[in-house]
Amino acid sequence: MLLLTCPYCGVTAEETEFSAGGEAHLTRHGPGSSDHDYEAYMFNRKNPRGVHFERWRHAYGCGKWFLAARDTMTLEVLATYPAQTSEPPAEVIAKIKLKRPDWEGYP
Amino acid sequence: MRRYSAFAIAREAFRQHKGWSEAWSSPEPRKQYDVVIVGAGGHGLATAYYLGKRFGITNVAVIEKGWLGGGNTGRNTTIIRSNYLQDPSAALYEKSRALFETLSQELNYNIMFSPRGVMMLAQTEHEKRGYLRTERANALQGVQTRFISPSEVRRLVPIINIHGPRYPVLGALWQERGGTARHDAVAWGFARACSAMGMHVIEQCAVTGVDSANGTVTAVNTTKGRIACAKLGIVVAGHSGALADMAGFRLPVESVALQALVSEPIKPCMDVVVMANTVHGYMSQSDKGEMVIGGGADQFNNYTQRGSWHHIEETVRALVETFPMISRLKMLRQWGGIVDMTGDRSPIISKTPLGNCFINCGWGTGGFKATPGSGWAMAELIARGEPGPLAEAFSMTRFREGRFIDESVAAGVAH
Repeated sequence: MLLLTCPYCGVTAEETEFSAGGEAHLTRHGPGSSDHDYEAYMFNRKNPRGVHFERWRHAYGCGKWFLAARDTMTLEVLATYPAQTSEPPAEVIAKIKLKRPDWEGYP
Repeated sequence: MRRYSAFAIAREAFRQHKGWSEAWSSPEPRKQYDVVIVGAGGHGLATAYYLGKRFGITNVAVIEKGWLGGGNTGRNTTIIRSNYLQDPSAALYEKSRALFETLSQELNYNIMFSPRGVMMLAQTEHEKRGYLRTERANALQGVQTRFISPSEVRRLVPIINIHGPRYPVLGALWQERGGTARHDAVAWGFARACSAMGMHVIEQCAVTGVDSANGTVTAVNTTKGRIACAKLGIVVAGHSGALADMAGFRLPVESVALQALVSEPIKPCMDVVVMANTVHGYMSQSDKGEMVIGGGADQFNNYTQRGSWHHIEETVRALVETFPMISRLKMLRQWGGIVDMTGDRSPIISKTPLGNCFINCGWGTGGFKATPGSGWAMAELIARGEPGPLAEAFSMTRFREGRFIDESVAAGVAH
């Protein structure tokens, strides 16, 4: 059972209060993009063993989308942060580096 | 390899069973093989077996980071069926089911295939219409299924609660020749047959990198040293993403945990497999008497082989409604496996951007039933370098081309 903290309303709750939304920080490709880019955006995923940046929604709370860094090998939630960013903020990166010194970094 | 038979048992009985040899050998890896298969689960071993049997390629190593069949092969609920909606899936899974029928005899290893019948309950009008459609599709595909009435369901499964309250049983899609098999024995049987053909099954040997030259694979680096290979087959289910990363490409796959549990053993009470997809649960009774229960998958990427409490609760709650008599059962064990999910919930048996490197993955929540068929199709792909009729539609380029084999609605989440 994951414990997540919503960065908007500050509530820390069990995962049943949230819904998962897959990999975060994808570059969107729409009409007019190449087949390769569109496929990468729609389907191809990093699916890492280790630190994963992902989207969550506080479905049974404030209803807002936010982002999280989580270790897929241990299920530890390393940080959560607001979704209005195209890459993980510096303090989140620093936080992860502190806990996972051998992490190869973003992206 | 000495054949197993009733005479062998009698012979050994007279000498304290000292004459049995190891079912498969555990050699040190050679420096070079024609084909290296990564992953000694059911699918990887079946691939090696059919490479030898159908194409005479026996200079093969199957390497495994853990122990044989210790991944999803040993973690599923052993259900075998082929009642899929789309033609490519029906062809592949039906081939697999047909191979299961005679696999014990072929491998000279009792895999305990039990065609006890698989029933998928229709518990909403919508689901009933869906299964009626599948029944017609299966008739055209040559897969024997039948939509049966609630009274027939009741006759086959006396312990079922037909009348709801939330979800009354409106009928079921019934596949009489579906059933179960002993999952470990499938891996062991294939490993023994591979070993007998002179192939190397190498356990405790993790892959750490993939070497290539001019866009073609040349070797794999492992914890037991560098192993050169002319062709490489990646058959590692949940860890496909990591292997693809080493080989330098990305997959349309995400890994999540799927879990199952078994109850304490009880007297025989249900001799078919029942799947209830609306309420998310499926159940069968093992030969030991345990009720084998499968449920939902986690929503998020996960490489830990454990489940979560709320999924157990959801699954068991749903099943207690459908089978009230199990409400007092204690659960014995619970475990999770890492399954690789594709966007259309259909597998990938495909060439890859790296030359002479082939991948077999994306079986998601339903790979066990496909074990021999998957190996059959993958062996053909590796041996010829081009997919045969069974694998053709399952290329990983289908996502770019929009040729999905959409089973996410037809098959539901439960397998």
